[in-house]
Amino acid sequence: MGMDSLIGGTIWDEYSNKVTELMNNPKNMGEITEEEAEAMGAKLIVADFGAESCGDAVRLYWAVDPKTDVILESKFKSFGCGTAIASSDTMAELCKGKTVDEAVKITNIDVEKAMRDEPDTPAVPPQKMHCSVMAYDVIKKAAAQYKGVDIDSFEEEIIVCECARVSLSTLREVIRLNDLTTVEQITDYTKAGAFCKSCIKPGGHEEKDIYLVDLLEEYEKEKISKAADATASGADVPFKEMTIVQKIKAVDKIIDDNIRQMLIMDGGDMEILDIKDNGENIDIYIRYLGACNGCASASTGTLFAIENTLKEKLDPNIRVLPI
Amino acid sequence: MRVYLDNNATTIVDPHVFAEMEPFFVQRYGNPNSLHSFASETHPALKTAMEKIYAGIHAPKEDSVVITSCATESNNWVLKSIYFEQILTGKKNHIVVSEVEHPSVIATAKFIESMGCRVTYLPINHEGLIEPDTLREVITDKTALVSIMWANNETGAIFPVYEIGEICAEYGIPFHTDAVQAIGKVPVDVQSMNVDYLTFSAHKFHGPKGVGALYIKKGRELTPLLHGGSQMGGYRSGTLNVPGIVGMGKAMEAAVDALDFEMSDIREMRDAFEDELLKIKDTFVVTPREKRTPNTTLISFRGIEGEAMLWDLNRAGIAASTGSACASEDLEANSVMEAIGAAEDLAHTAIRFSLSRYTTQEELDYTLDAVKQAVERLRNISSSYAYAPEGHESGLDAHH
Repeated sequence: MGMDSLIGGTIWDEYSNKVTELMNNPKNMGEITEEEAEAMGAKLIVADFGAESCGDAVRLYWAVDPKTDVILESKFKSFGCGTAIASSDTMAELCKGKTVDEAVKITNIDVEKAMRDEPDTPAVPPQKMHCSVMAYDVIKKAAAQYKGVDIDSFEEEIIVCECARVSLSTLREVIRLNDLTTVEQITDYTKAGAFCKSCIKPGGHEEKDIYLVDLLEEYEKEKISKAADATASGADVPFKEMTIVQKIKAVDKIIDDNIRQMLIMDGGDMEILDIKDNGENIDIYIRYLGACNGCASASTGTLFAIENTLKEKLDPNIRVLPI
Repeated sequence: MRVYLDNNATTIVDPHVFAEMEPFFVQRYGNPNSLHSFASETHPALKTAMEKIYAGIHAPKEDSVVITSCATESNNWVLKSIYFEQILTGKKNHIVVSEVEHPSVIATAKFIESMGCRVTYLPINHEGLIEPDTLREVITDKTALVSIMWANNETGAIFPVYEIGEICAEYGIPFHTDAVQAIGKVPVDVQSMNVDYLTFSAHKFHGPKGVGALYIKKGRELTPLLHGGSQMGGYRSGTLNVPGIVGMGKAMEAAVDALDFEMSDIREMRDAFEDELLKIKDTFVVTPREKRTPNTTLISFRGIEGEAMLWDLNRAGIAASTGSACASEDLEANSVMEAIGAAEDLAHTAIRFSLSRYTTQEELDYTLDAVKQAVERLRNISSSYAYAPEGHESGLDAHH
């Protein structure tokens, strides 16, 4: 929390001078008509993104030179708050003179940075970052129209936090590598969730397919599942003290990991029939299958290999008895 | 010119109120609960103030009016106390609130819901009003409390608290009303109705900030929210805010005196102002005037996002409000507009103008000009306005 968070203030105080200026006097506000585009020898693109019901909607006009793919003119109209208008204006400005392929690389972060007065001071308060996201999305929409492709083709990865542009794969990796358990930790590591907060849980400004809380839950389940597997296989429990089911699972896993592949390559296999405590010894009864059945080394080399591996990995008192 | 039309958020302190409070900061500053003359010289003023506060809501002496720090505290206190006494002990399991209560009720209801209480959020109709019969449908023998505001802060809609009180009495359920927007705007008389708890706050009727109150009918005891001292009869510990209580007393007296003016002159000014606003194309108001507090207009300007309008008005020196989207942390649409079922494209377009007895005609004329200029500029920027089809269904009616 801290002192700065205790009293708060108007979010307008956190707008940069550039945002304020653009809100009051947007430079690229307006339309491009078919006639105007034609006069430039350009193709007119009109793309809409957002909806009034969400509180933000933007319309982007491009006049694109069809020979060079260069955006000759770029204008916007916007239903939105001050930052939405300023972001849209900046976005339209950044598009000018770029090719369509260059324009789709403009991100909401670029838009926000272009509106900063000082390089290290954000242009808008965190909860307003979503306004620049819309400016980013409408570029993709316009480019998709121009190229006649699906908007998703510009998105290589699934983005969970649009404001900070953090992808699903990055989040999954960071959560696992650092054993993160809270949204605050995710935000500290990745900045995801630091801005408009829509990606944290359902009920925010934008609906998402997956939220940060879902990823934490997914990781939690994964950990529980791994722990359950470990318990079922008897990890951490001495082999001799395992239940019969745990012993069979543990032996099977060792066979799978170290032996079975070798047997299968020779056209054979094996199965566990029973495991019995016999005084100091633990007797494992097995049956050879396929080519192993009747093979000369099944009672010598192969058997020793199986027995030694199990002795080494599970218990020195194991004896393997083929039936 | 600076114009303040955000009186449902807070009000200017009446200079007479301030004058009455002033001596209690540097001259008569004793702790009223001490045993010396510094303490006792505060008592007459405290007694007078409490008498004025009681008189302001027609509370009988045997009932309690407990001074708190704000209406939020009073609202929290009622709901949490009901939780401690009724829900936690397993006697009851359910409360009813309206879906457009102030966040201090809604958030507290959600909190106790997370602790196991069942909560019904009563809907409002297309005029922004509660229909009493909907209450009958949700009450059960396990209902521990009904909490419905007297007047809505956004629309000014006056809820049928008399009928709601009657229904609660019929079923023997305690009734709480958040009357923050009612004091000084409509007559409030706790003896003329069935009400068990009633919340109000001084800064909404030209008193100081930081002074709230909760009326508690005799026999409807509550568990204190703050423990530790014996102030306010043990109901609300903490050294008494003497200047604040004195201020609330004076402000209450002045509000009652000005009630007729509020209900006639201010209402007339508001109505004329609203008539002019509604002459602007594609504007909509929600609740019919006769069912609203006299000072409030919540009006939608199609094609203009609320904060963008506030921005332009603020540049012109005008203070208004929007409960919608971008002006707040949560970025959600105006909850009242959504609850009414207004067309989705209007949910983010509402602006609230709230007048007071200090509002002048000159200020309203100036505001009207500024609104017209802002509408023109912002609709010109708007990506949606020019494209809205003629006769587009709003979900709202224009009320004249």
